[in-house]
Amino acid sequence: MALVEEHDLGTPASKGEAQVRLTIDGRAVTVPEGTSIMRAARDAGIDVPKLCATDSVKAFGSCRMCLVEIEGRAGTPASCTTPVTAGMAVRTQTPLLKELRRGVMELYISDHPLDCLTCAANGDCELQDMAGAVGLREVRYGYAGENHLQDKKDETNPYFTYDPSKCIVCSRCVRACEETQGTFALTIDGRGFASRVSPGMSENFFDSECVSCGACVQACPTATLIEKSVVDIGQPEHSVVTTCAYCGVGCAFKAEMRGDEVVRMVPYKDGKANHGHSCVKGRFAWGYTTHKDRILEPMIRRRVDEPWRTVSWDEAIAYTASEFKRIQAKYGRLSIGGITSSRCTNEETFLVQKLVRAGFGNNNVDTCARVCHAPTGYGLKTTFGTSAGTQDFDSVEHSDVIMIVGANPTDAHPVFASRIKKRAREGAQIIVIDPRRIDLVHSPRVQAAHHLALRPGTNVAVLTSLAHVIVTEGLVDDAFVRERCEADAFAAWAAFVGQPQNSPEAVEKVSGVPAETIRGAARLYATGGNGAIYYGLGVTEHSQGSTAVMAIANLAMATGNIGKPGVGVNPLRGQNNVQGSCDMGSFPHELVGYRHLSDDTARGMFEALWGMRLDPEPGLRIPNMFDAAVDGRFKGIYIQGEDVLQSDPNTKHVTAALAAMECVVVHDLFLTETANFAHVFLPGSTFLEKNGTFTNAERRIQPVRKVISPRNGHEDWEVTQLIARAMGQDWKYTHPLQVMDEIARLTPTFAGVSFAKLDALGSIQWPCNDKAPEGTPVMHAGGFVRGKGKFVITEYVATDEKVGPRFPLLLTTGRVLMQYNVGIQTRRTKNVAWREEDLLEIHPHDAEERGIKDGDLVKLASRKAETSLRAHVTDRVAPGVVYTTFHNPLTQTNVVTTEYSDWATECPEYKVTAVQVSRTNGPTEWQQDYAEIGRRNRHLPEPVAGE
Amino acid sequence: MLEKLIANANQIGKFFRAQGEAEAPAAIADHLRKFWDPVMRADIVAHLERGGAGLDPLARKGVELLRQSKA
Repeated sequence: MALVEEHDLGTPASKGEAQVRLTIDGRAVTVPEGTSIMRAARDAGIDVPKLCATDSVKAFGSCRMCLVEIEGRAGTPASCTTPVTAGMAVRTQTPLLKELRRGVMELYISDHPLDCLTCAANGDCELQDMAGAVGLREVRYGYAGENHLQDKKDETNPYFTYDPSKCIVCSRCVRACEETQGTFALTIDGRGFASRVSPGMSENFFDSECVSCGACVQACPTATLIEKSVVDIGQPEHSVVTTCAYCGVGCAFKAEMRGDEVVRMVPYKDGKANHGHSCVKGRFAWGYTTHKDRILEPMIRRRVDEPWRTVSWDEAIAYTASEFKRIQAKYGRLSIGGITSSRCTNEETFLVQKLVRAGFGNNNVDTCARVCHAPTGYGLKTTFGTSAGTQDFDSVEHSDVIMIVGANPTDAHPVFASRIKKRAREGAQIIVIDPRRIDLVHSPRVQAAHHLALRPGTNVAVLTSLAHVIVTEGLVDDAFVRERCEADAFAAWAAFVGQPQNSPEAVEKVSGVPAETIRGAARLYATGGNGAIYYGLGVTEHSQGSTAVMAIANLAMATGNIGKPGVGVNPLRGQNNVQGSCDMGSFPHELVGYRHLSDDTARGMFEALWGMRLDPEPGLRIPNMFDAAVDGRFKGIYIQGEDVLQSDPNTKHVTAALAAMECVVVHDLFLTETANFAHVFLPGSTFLEKNGTFTNAERRIQPVRKVISPRNGHEDWEVTQLIARAMGQDWKYTHPLQVMDEIARLTPTFAGVSFAKLDALGSIQWPCNDKAPEGTPVMHAGGFVRGKGKFVITEYVATDEKVGPRFPLLLTTGRVLMQYNVGIQTRRTKNVAWREEDLLEIHPHDAEERGIKDGDLVKLASRKAETSLRAHVTDRVAPGVVYTTFHNPLTQTNVVTTEYSDWATECPEYKVTAVQVSRTNGPTEWQQDYAEIGRRNRHLPEPVAGE
Repeated sequence: MLEKLIANANQIGKFFRAQGEAEAPAAIADHLRKFWDPVMRADIVAHLERGGAGLDPLARKGVELLRQSKA
């Protein structure tokens, strides 16, 4: 195995359509108009020496290394900034050019440490390469002159170092921060010889605005910005392309290795979702994979207050199967179930739902999408006919208006946020509908045209009001609606939204959004060109989550913003494989590919292949499982890669449910909070230790490749297979590719998918079948999956969760950049240096009224329970609204959230909880009790003497 | 957990009422059939048979249709 090399083409590809023919060093080459000479030369197989150019950022023309001579032109222009013209004859290597380049290189080297042998970039340094390329043999200026060789290193960032003594001031890092990431954290400070790269206002990296995306490190041609892991370990010797296991963007990475040790994760330029960009989590926060807290051997115990006992895999699996069989024999077939993981692969998820349907003989299977994007499934299937986003990420490059609803992409989907920001810098207009002032409302070079800072819980009112403006002001795309949508449903919808209670003036009263802002946003979305909607859990996690999704779909159909690049309705999925876990039949009412269990034809395909009858009735959803457990009729559960105790609402209820079960099997990397109530712990494998596929938010199926052997001994799909066999199933999978073949046989939208095709194409967006053998970037292009698009009436129904004198504030929850979901992974990385605890954002006015200062410990109380955490006083939230995250079990934010849920899917209403906030001086009674439960139930086996 | 079933049935009723009151009972019954497990459906039907306290009129009609289709 070798390193996967990606040749740097020097400058970005031109979007020009006309072709230009020229010669370079006598070789004829034809390239698109607007291409640089440097890139054209590369196409002709010629590498022009370069330092400040790299193909991820625009040409800069500062290093003077890439000079060329052009027949008929005077001088020696930079090939990176000079576009090709027809008939041009270019020379890249002449006596003059050689002399010039060598002279420039002498100047660079006269102020560069000559420590190549001990430099971390030795073997991966473009300065070193260029010195060789230009034939540098001496530095006539010596090294005694003024220099930067003693400049002090900045090692404040946990993941990379900045060594200004090695900086050649090529500005690649500054440009990457601006163009690729869009944070503008770096600048060149000083003038002339004093010029240095500087984070922020001459701060250190850690204290600056830097978000540690790694774009600067990636762009640096020397060891100036370099991963600390490379400094510690050395240069990698082989690499494997795989897919990130954090958010739903699904970035492709090269896992660069030395032996079986990961040296670094480098974003892959050919990755169709990320095009070589990354965020701090995927790029750097993979240390959890080797964290000491990982449990690598199976454990069992009869009661949850007993210490864990380490056992063999055979004993653990046999115990699991015998307990599940015993429970079913005693309490009935429907008394057990399973939860699939959106952090696991499609193949693993498929097998867990197969285990439940075929092995347990019921449909009590669900997935974490229940608590995030289940309403997307219902809403988009009802209106469009399929449960998925309509576009690929590249579509945003064609958007003129980008509406972001209930999502915070810079924190939760950072790589895609960079694409949005880039498009905004190119002129696209942004509309944000969110209670908080997220970064896409206002950040460097980004200013939203409209921010609809609505009161939590009023999405449907506001979205319907946007429709009111579109209909009553004659902004409907009549031709699109006439051709593509159900006429009667549209007429009924148009009459409904036109009613006075949906006018911006009426909705202002319930939402708090000024009527003129609603009108302005509606007009812009309807008339501003290609309009794209991206939304997140701020839409779905409401009692009207499904209704809000349908309201969004209505807006897109009414304005004709469906079926072409630049438009569409796009759910931003929280976890890496939420889309995949939903696709794979994880919901209790439907089979793989979103086919309802009552569909005899679909169910018959599975019955024929699996050789058994399947229960045609829907099973229990996760909240139903908990309720049934408390009621005493649900007694056993297999949970793969999901910490329901921390992630699901009303922690006390979840605790009671888990405590009521007789066999809770947790299959995970660490002893999660849920594992406090488990009887069996089966060690899981990380994304680096398995083969399979993830499907990201744009329906893109991407390979996950085993980089190292599973430290726990088994990939997760193998563990599920062991349980299935012990339950009497005759499974004989030897590789996940066989599972994908089975998925393809059973699922029309996956019919053309195989591991071989994924290896050949890199990734595939479903549907992939005979009609679309290489996948489908944009859906509903010629017609909707359901035939005609269906407008749905979206009447606003206020949530039952009400503020009042005791609980006057509204709590809404979310995620921060440095942490992920319940923090199982990120809390075991150096990301904790930035943010370890959950903070409560509170408006200065509300803080003042309560005598709360920034950093004070405060009690957060709802009708359900109380917890305590530190306050962060900020006007990012509106008066009356508070905000926090759910990353830390010490806070256990979900102890205060309620079980109010979406009417259609029972997705919890995390985004609206009536609370009170007050100063406090210690943990709440619940926190103390819960800490005691954790201490009692977390007893690990005593180490064996000599270990 | 009967209270939750009643509350959810009422929520479902409110959504389908907006789609058209005449069609709502059948839509409610269909939704319950598609998304509620058989025990939950049996529980809400049994509750209706005991008087159905707390069920909104439209949700009650939907559950009644569910009860009839079961019979």
